[in-house]
Amino acid sequence: MRITQGCFSFLPDLTDEQISRQVQYCLEKGWAVNIEFTDDPHPRNNFWEMWGLPMFDLRDAAGVLMELTECRKVYGDRYIRLSAFDSSHGWESVRLSFIVNRPKDEPGFRLDRHEVAGRNIRYTTTPYAADRPEGRRYGGL
Amino acid sequence: MPQNDLMARSIPTSRCTPQEETSMNQHSMTVRGKDRYKSGVMEYKKMGYWEPDYEPKDTDIIALFRVTPQDGVDPIEASAAVAGESSTATWTVVWTDRLTAAEKYRAKCYRVDPVPNSPGQYFAYIAYDLDLFENGSIANLSASIIGNVFGFKPLKALRLEDMRLPVAYVKTFQGPATGIVVERERMDKFGRPLLGATVKPKLGLSGRNYGRVVYEALKGGLDFTKDDENINSQPFMHWRERFLYCMEAVNKAQAASGEIKGTYLNVTAGTMEDMYERAEFAKELGSVIIMIDLVIGYTAIQSMAKWARRNDMILHLHRAGHSTYTRQRSHGVSFRVIAKWMRLAGVDHIHAGTVVGKLEGDPATTRGYYDVCREDFNPTRLEHGVFFDQHWASLNRLMPVASGGIHAGQMHQLLDHLGEDVILQFGGGTIGHPMGIQAGATANRVALEAMILARNEGRDYLHEGPEILAKAAETCTPLKSALEVWKNVTFNYESTDMPDYVPTPSVAM
Repeated sequence: MRITQGCFSFLPDLTDEQISRQVQYCLEKGWAVNIEFTDDPHPRNNFWEMWGLPMFDLRDAAGVLMELTECRKVYGDRYIRLSAFDSSHGWESVRLSFIVNRPKDEPGFRLDRHEVAGRNIRYTTTPYAADRPEGRRYGGL
Repeated sequence: MPQNDLMARSIPTSRCTPQEETSMNQHSMTVRGKDRYKSGVMEYKKMGYWEPDYEPKDTDIIALFRVTPQDGVDPIEASAAVAGESSTATWTVVWTDRLTAAEKYRAKCYRVDPVPNSPGQYFAYIAYDLDLFENGSIANLSASIIGNVFGFKPLKALRLEDMRLPVAYVKTFQGPATGIVVERERMDKFGRPLLGATVKPKLGLSGRNYGRVVYEALKGGLDFTKDDENINSQPFMHWRERFLYCMEAVNKAQAASGEIKGTYLNVTAGTMEDMYERAEFAKELGSVIIMIDLVIGYTAIQSMAKWARRNDMILHLHRAGHSTYTRQRSHGVSFRVIAKWMRLAGVDHIHAGTVVGKLEGDPATTRGYYDVCREDFNPTRLEHGVFFDQHWASLNRLMPVASGGIHAGQMHQLLDHLGEDVILQFGGGTIGHPMGIQAGATANRVALEAMILARNEGRDYLHEGPEILAKAAETCTPLKSALEVWKNVTFNYESTDMPDYVPTPSVAM
């Protein structure tokens, strides 16, 4: 399966050139771009690990791409996403977020059904990969 | 005018000639002293409801009415009557006025302008003191402003065009239960419009079949599916069946995609008790969103908004029934007023037009509605039908929804007209796809992502739209097929409601 979180997951994987143009768009808006990675892609896992701090005051997308290259060297077997933060009043949140790196094989999620009273079922979504300890999922090193 | 100046006030200018304006707006005719309270009937304009010298206070609520007096009725008198009947007046002088601070409580019509190019119609500006209204109550606000005057005999027609709500009053309302920012955070979706579809056919599906449509659409790539306005609890599908099957579909689609998904469970019912029961069940099942119809009434809407805030629920409003009073230009209530009331009342989503789809919506007027929903400050923009500066004082933003007769091939136009903070709902445009519902959903999602990518890259996406879509379709058969099926579908009809003012091109200095 292919996890479709983020803004561009239904398109073919973006090239670095394409990623760079998106980053430049964010920087020109005055947003700070952040690199985050995880091997627990549960849809409600909000807090992916941060690769350093959001890059404030950056002008050129090349800076983000350099960091991304470094991040991929270490965590290339995991999901990596870029998120852009807008600090302007009334937003003060993420304005764009998209996946820029994926594990080779994405096993997806198990849906557990717990039958309770009446016809009700409680559902729990679990990434298959999360059965293994952090760092050793997706056939990690 | 500085945007952050809370005290800023703007008095719109109209296009009528200076002579016309002066002649209409110069005299106060108010009778004062003992004579004012002599028993009998007195013209409204003499009772203190016409005060052309009155300067509205920053705390006043201002209403702009389009007044069409009966033939032979003086427009000033007609406008004063609207002010009178929407505040303290009755048809005759009453001595009990003298027991009150009557001058404060009288609404004051302070300006009457002929409507450009519409003989027999007048814009009447009426100011109401803040003390005339109860805190945080749309029921009270609307009972005052539209409660009594719309059937008034001396008028042929009356329309409430716009309102200026002072910050002092705005702050007495909760506002949208969730708001655009938090909705995006909860849904984990940033940087693009959200995608939805209304389940079709809207009547007759069993719960199990209905859930099938929800699953296919969400798995295919939509963020939301939606109950239609009249899906409540009917013989073919009682509400609990729908809720149970829909939530199975939502959870399966979440697991299949790794994304947060939602379906607007319509909790509209005959009583508040029934609505609360349905909303509680939706919460118990883990739904992120519920839905109500405008026809449940303003008080019920406010109650559900408070419930939604307490229960971490997004609240979708379907504006069922609004066209009965918003569509005709001469009579009723403009949708921009309804949008303002709904932002105060506290819903998170509101249908606000598509421009290009099958339902009424002139582009400039629709832009005005979207601004009312999404901005923290609306400057006066007569060309969008926005007559007043409106400060929202950080009240949450309300997500507009575009629904009705739209399809993937219009993606560039939709993005251009409606922007990024909007929910695009393709009902027929998803479910009617020749390759099935999942394919329809995928076509819409791919079209959207391709368009956002191109826009962010700085491309002229509006003009290059068809090329961008064709290129994306090269690697996406469902999109290719959608573009083919709906390539010639457009809805070009004359709008019945559009702004009265058009910008005049001026020579750059």
